[in-house]
Amino acid sequence: MLATGVVGAVEDPWIRWSWISGHVDVITAALVQHIQLTLIAVVVGLVIAVPLGLVSWRSRVFRGPIFSLTGILYTIPSLALFSALVPFTGFTILTSEIGLVSYTLLILIRNIVVGLNSVPDEVREAARGMGYRPLAELVRIDLPLATPAIFAGVRIATVTTIGLVTVTALIGEGGLGSLIYDGLLRDFRTPLVVGTVLSVALAFVADFSLAGAQRLITPWSRARATA
Amino acid sequence: MNFVNQVLQWFLNGAHWTGDGGIPHRTFEHLVMSGASVLTAALIALPVGIAIGHVGKFGNLAINISNIGRAIPSFALLVLAAQVFGIAAASQVVGFGAVPAFVALVALAIPPMVTNSYIGMREVDADVREAARGMGMRERAVLLRVELPIALPFIMAGIRTSAVNVVATATLAAVVAWGGLGRFIVDGFGLQDYPMLFAGAIMVAVLSLIVEFSLAGAQRLTTPAGLRPSKSVRKEERIGTALETAAA
Repeated sequence: MLATGVVGAVEDPWIRWSWISGHVDVITAALVQHIQLTLIAVVVGLVIAVPLGLVSWRSRVFRGPIFSLTGILYTIPSLALFSALVPFTGFTILTSEIGLVSYTLLILIRNIVVGLNSVPDEVREAARGMGYRPLAELVRIDLPLATPAIFAGVRIATVTTIGLVTVTALIGEGGLGSLIYDGLLRDFRTPLVVGTVLSVALAFVADFSLAGAQRLITPWSRARATA
Repeated sequence: MNFVNQVLQWFLNGAHWTGDGGIPHRTFEHLVMSGASVLTAALIALPVGIAIGHVGKFGNLAINISNIGRAIPSFALLVLAAQVFGIAAASQVVGFGAVPAFVALVALAIPPMVTNSYIGMREVDADVREAARGMGMRERAVLLRVELPIALPFIMAGIRTSAVNVVATATLAAVVAWGGLGRFIVDGFGLQDYPMLFAGAIMVAVLSLIVEFSLAGAQRLTTPAGLRPSKSVRKEERIGTALETAAA
């Protein structure tokens, strides 16, 4: 096209297989880092979201502020959030993870509350009638019945995070995003295509495995479609 | 405290408020680009979603398009569009990346609108549809006077999701040599000018929140009076809606 005419070279093909075969280690490292960054974000997100979700479910007073705050965090564009943190936490994984975790919170908390709210009152009554204490009721009745909705939240959070990790390439580490960014900076299509394809593939693999895991854990909800 | 002061000084500097690289022009660019993208995407996505919902076929397609859209990183979409629609890294002319940014943003905005308008149409109770026909309404009237008003809040929810995504991703478009408010962030990185970087981040965040809240208001206004739940119920319902949006 017009812009590449300056260089006057043959147009860069979308894939140079020779580059891929020569950079298997780079690609693998990027993929592994992408998975690590995603896992840390979702696990830390869950650790924060479960107590906040329980509080929001039980207390109307706290629910409003928790939903508003996580909603605002969710609305702030990723590049803005990451770059606002850079002056304080630098070009580090911590910066990436603070941003990534922030985006999982609304998704996870909301689905935890939806899941817990969906437990029928009769079931809860029956549990109490059978002598369950509040904690036992929560752990053995409420949370298991809320699992499908919580899992749906984990799936959405995971897929969203996998996409957002690519943006963290702009502030240092970025898993497959570093391949995409590299392709942009060098105007070289192969790493761009490899990074994109692997990122999309990773999102699908993660989504399907989580869906499979959910079916194993909650056989009773097999027929129901996920939110 | 010193850093906060520097950011404040950046905002107070008159030079940052004039010219093509000034705050007003960058905000204008950001809004025009976002508005044009959302509008174009709506013209494509809403008829498709509404038609699929009205006919009641291809529902899986309408639902899955959002899942697929979520799996494609918006950053990758932008860089790919830049490659296909031609900006060379050599071209430093800001504004040259407008076409790729526009294409990527339209592509990004379509899936949530298709899915939500489809869901909105399917939300229409079959009995309500029957009643409308029983009253002698033609197909066209059923669609325009019964189905669409009931589906409107969902359609608006889709537009809102897309618009917030688009405003966020338009920020990223600065990376592929387009303007908008993202320029302050990207140039702030490039020049290691942290006050500018931070000021850019604040402006982008505020713009996104304004768009989110005003469209949330519009969504509430478009809900037909008869369908508006009482205040306490509404709060539950707002929590109860499945989260279908993706952060960008």
